[in-house]
Amino acid sequence: MTSKDNEIMICRCEDVTKADILQCIADGYHTLDEIKRVTRAGMGPCQGRTCRQLIAAELAKHYGVSMEDVLMTTFRPPVKPISLGALADAYETRKDWSLE
Amino acid sequence: MKNFYDVVIVGGGIIGCSVAFELAKRGRKDVLVIEREYLTSGATGRCGAGIRQQWGSVLNATLAVESTHIFENLEEYTGYDRSCGLNQGGYLLVAYTEKEWAQFQKNLQVQHSVGVDSYAVDLDGIKEIVPHINTEGMLGACFCAKDGHADPFHCTYAYARGAQRMGVDIETYTTVTGFGVENGRISAVETSKGTVKANVVINCTGGYAAQMAALVGDELPITPERHQILITEPVAHIMNPMVMSLHRHFYVQQTPHGSVIMGIGDPTEPVSHNIRSSWQYLEHNAWLVTQTLPAFRSLRVVRQWGGSYDMSPDRNPIINEAADARGFISVAGFSGHGFMVAPRTAILLANHLTGQEDSLDIQRFSVERYETGALLLEPSVV
Repeated sequence: MTSKDNEIMICRCEDVTKADILQCIADGYHTLDEIKRVTRAGMGPCQGRTCRQLIAAELAKHYGVSMEDVLMTTFRPPVKPISLGALADAYETRKDWSLE
Repeated sequence: MKNFYDVVIVGGGIIGCSVAFELAKRGRKDVLVIEREYLTSGATGRCGAGIRQQWGSVLNATLAVESTHIFENLEEYTGYDRSCGLNQGGYLLVAYTEKEWAQFQKNLQVQHSVGVDSYAVDLDGIKEIVPHINTEGMLGACFCAKDGHADPFHCTYAYARGAQRMGVDIETYTTVTGFGVENGRISAVETSKGTVKANVVINCTGGYAAQMAALVGDELPITPERHQILITEPVAHIMNPMVMSLHRHFYVQQTPHGSVIMGIGDPTEPVSHNIRSSWQYLEHNAWLVTQTLPAFRSLRVVRQWGGSYDMSPDRNPIINEAADARGFISVAGFSGHGFMVAPRTAILLANHLTGQEDSLDIQRFSVERYETGALLLEPSVV
């Protein structure tokens, strides 16, 4: 870890720095899934579009494996943030049409 | 991983990890926890992580109260250097039917008998607690300020790290494929990384508990049921408590982080290990919750996921030793409220396994109750 690591932002949505990620790896959290849950990296509005790859790269470097061997987290819906109001209106329509 | 342990715990969720911790604390430190993926990868990490003391039976209220006291100090209790994220914003249980409202009055008496600081509020009182709520159709609500929510990952890791510090081994990404039984006693656990001999095996596998127990010939009436949940982007703080309706089957709360997390129960959900997300759920939950909390219409959902409840016939946990494989003990069937009672349940089991006295009778939780009719009835489950 270098002093610059505190300034390198890995997850912009949740304010997680490279230093946070390296500390997590040093603490023995050795998968993307665990690091996501401990630091919240990847849980913000963009859902890990940037940080997932960056953390995977740090894990690959630490364990001396290739990027494709790092286990990916589950890609969950929705693809883009969508308002509860829009979803509720869609349900209202579906309910009226008895599409349940 | 050694090839022999005193105790092998199958399942690395809040139950498995808290049992490992409490056993080690009482001197049984030769313990291995086996987890199929990473810790919390099953139901624990997918749960709403609510902590509710407003129950309708003395047993559940007792388990929840005593567990809450531990959650209040879990970092210190386990020696954990991160925060377990406890937020005691209260639970506001709203009543939509006369029957529900009458039941709540009875529940309050039960809660007060075990020291829960809960009380009933009228519609104005509801508005004081959540100013933007739509009280249409409500008769009143019950509130307990000491109810709340914690971070299920950090709580589980707190127990796991504490257990490891006392000598417990944890083996992740390891699958249990079978068990060895000799002369009516459990003797070994077969795993994807080899066979481990054991004196005692504890089955903490939630919705998979019945399948696990079947491997030693024990029949458990526990079935998995999908429950879905969603979370929004974080926004400024506008709601303190968890708002919950048993009648409309929803719960919703804002985390200290600012995101709003909510889930619904679907009475038509079939028995299955399916934990995939569905768009039907997404729309239904959005509609149901925005009826009561219209201000949330503008919040954007960033993620949804599915989890699993381990349902038992009376919606309460089963702690049972297999008749034909003594030493094989299942702890499951929490039916959607396992997280919040885990600390006290782990103590109960650890006391039992180390020959110590406990104020609760562990026998009450065995499957015998389905034969004798001494069910653990609870009027207030979601």
